[in-house]
Amino acid sequence: MRLISRERQALGRIDGFARQDTAIHRLDARAKVLATAVFLVCVVSFPKHAVLPLLPFVFFPVVIASLGRLPVRWLGQRLLIASPFALMVGIANPLFDQAAVPIAPGLSIAAGWLSFLSIVLRFLLTTAAALLLVATTGMPAIAEALRQLRVPGVFVTQLQLLYRYLFLLGDEAQRMERARDLRSCGRRGTGLWVGGTLLGALLLRTLARATRIHDAMLLRGFEGTIRPASPRALTRRDLVFLLGWSTAFLICRQVPVGELLGHAVIGAQP
Amino acid sequence: MSAAGNGSLGPPATGTAFVPAIEVVGLVYAYADGTPALDGVSLRIAPGETVAVVGANGAGKSTLLVLLTGLLEPVAGGIRINGLPLGPGSRAEIRRSLGMVFQEADDQLFMPTAAEDVAFGPRNLGLPADVVQQRVNLALEQVGALALRERSPHRLSGGEKRAVAIATVLAMEPSILLLDEPSAALDPRARRRLIQLLQGLSHTRVVATHDLDLALDLCSRTVVLSAGRVVADGPSDRILADTALLERSGLEAPLSLQARRPCRRG
Repeated sequence: MRLISRERQALGRIDGFARQDTAIHRLDARAKVLATAVFLVCVVSFPKHAVLPLLPFVFFPVVIASLGRLPVRWLGQRLLIASPFALMVGIANPLFDQAAVPIAPGLSIAAGWLSFLSIVLRFLLTTAAALLLVATTGMPAIAEALRQLRVPGVFVTQLQLLYRYLFLLGDEAQRMERARDLRSCGRRGTGLWVGGTLLGALLLRTLARATRIHDAMLLRGFEGTIRPASPRALTRRDLVFLLGWSTAFLICRQVPVGELLGHAVIGAQP
Repeated sequence: MSAAGNGSLGPPATGTAFVPAIEVVGLVYAYADGTPALDGVSLRIAPGETVAVVGANGAGKSTLLVLLTGLLEPVAGGIRINGLPLGPGSRAEIRRSLGMVFQEADDQLFMPTAAEDVAFGPRNLGLPADVVQQRVNLALEQVGALALRERSPHRLSGGEKRAVAIATVLAMEPSILLLDEPSAALDPRARRRLIQLLQGLSHTRVVATHDLDLALDLCSRTVVLSAGRVVADGPSDRILADTALLERSGLEAPLSLQARRPCRRG
């Protein structure tokens, strides 16, 4: 549960980043959401052994992070925390897929290593893009953009409420954690049993709160969908951002830019 | 507040001053597990009146407020709001004339910013965007929270949250305000500000509280609930000075009416 306190702070931090004022932050949320979506689709749609063709895509998170003035260290930490998932998914590939693949004249490795590398690289790219989207836009604006892009209201409402109450849930969990620690007399072995009970209590509290929130919404005329504010028009800067990046992603997806560069580099060697 | 224009937040002027704003007859309610909460409550509240509903924890104050909104259905008894009997057919219309301020402001503030939250209700009423904005600004101004417009609710202080929660309800332009423990968890200054804010409104107000000083400062009339029954109903200064009655109902006289009683040791 110590994790909860830390994650709670991390969440507050990303919220703080989203309130910065840079060229990237000022772009319309819809442009950023769509550009990120095209990015994600391009990255995940490569065949399973693709490594070199993915490399040009690194450019996007790097540019966004630097223009959006987001610390690389923070991004690195976040990626590191999430990375075990990707490692777990890919770790067995080199064992099962041992077909040799030549990668340079006179040098070949198991195809499994390529697909493992590909998984890790895709994970880093997609997670970084998603983190950067949230850190340059803010969850409320993203939710609003999704609504304007005609994503079903149920999902958007879920997202909005989830984000709004994540902080409260975090605070509540933190208080319960403290109450437990203060009475466990310095022993760390408070055990799985206590942890499970705490989680159960947290779930009950969450359900009770959800009921009260729903009541409050009903009393103010809620009928199933949150009605959005009228959207502002996209500016030319938004469109340039969206079309520019999308075109670049699609070109990198269709034309093997990375391989061409790779061959050029390898070809230049004696 | 004048009743002119779309943006005014005062209660609608009615020519039928004789119809009680709230009329409750023989209200009975029990929780799902059978625990009785209200045991035959009857009340009449005139338009524009400010009534404190006081009682110890578990006396049924909150339950009474929630029943008035139609979120719970009584086991027996009837409720009329502005002369209209509360039932499945009239619920939506009645809810438009009631504004309920929840005990926990966090339950009421679910949108990303204060302004969005205040706009939630008026948008559900299907009002055009400019009227919504007008109402949002007016309601926030009325509670002195215009500067908090773009702040997200989880970054507000307790007093600020309370003020915004009241604004979300004012923006619906109800004629009746129901407030559940409005002064709970507020520091003294925020509490003072809240009382001034509520004094400045002209709605029919029902305040469920065990802050008897608030009841004394704000409400001309006090209803005492004890174990789900009305045990007293009358002018606040008389009821709240009746120490014996309050003791019997599990309450203590307002601090402002008490001589300092030191807690003796041993």
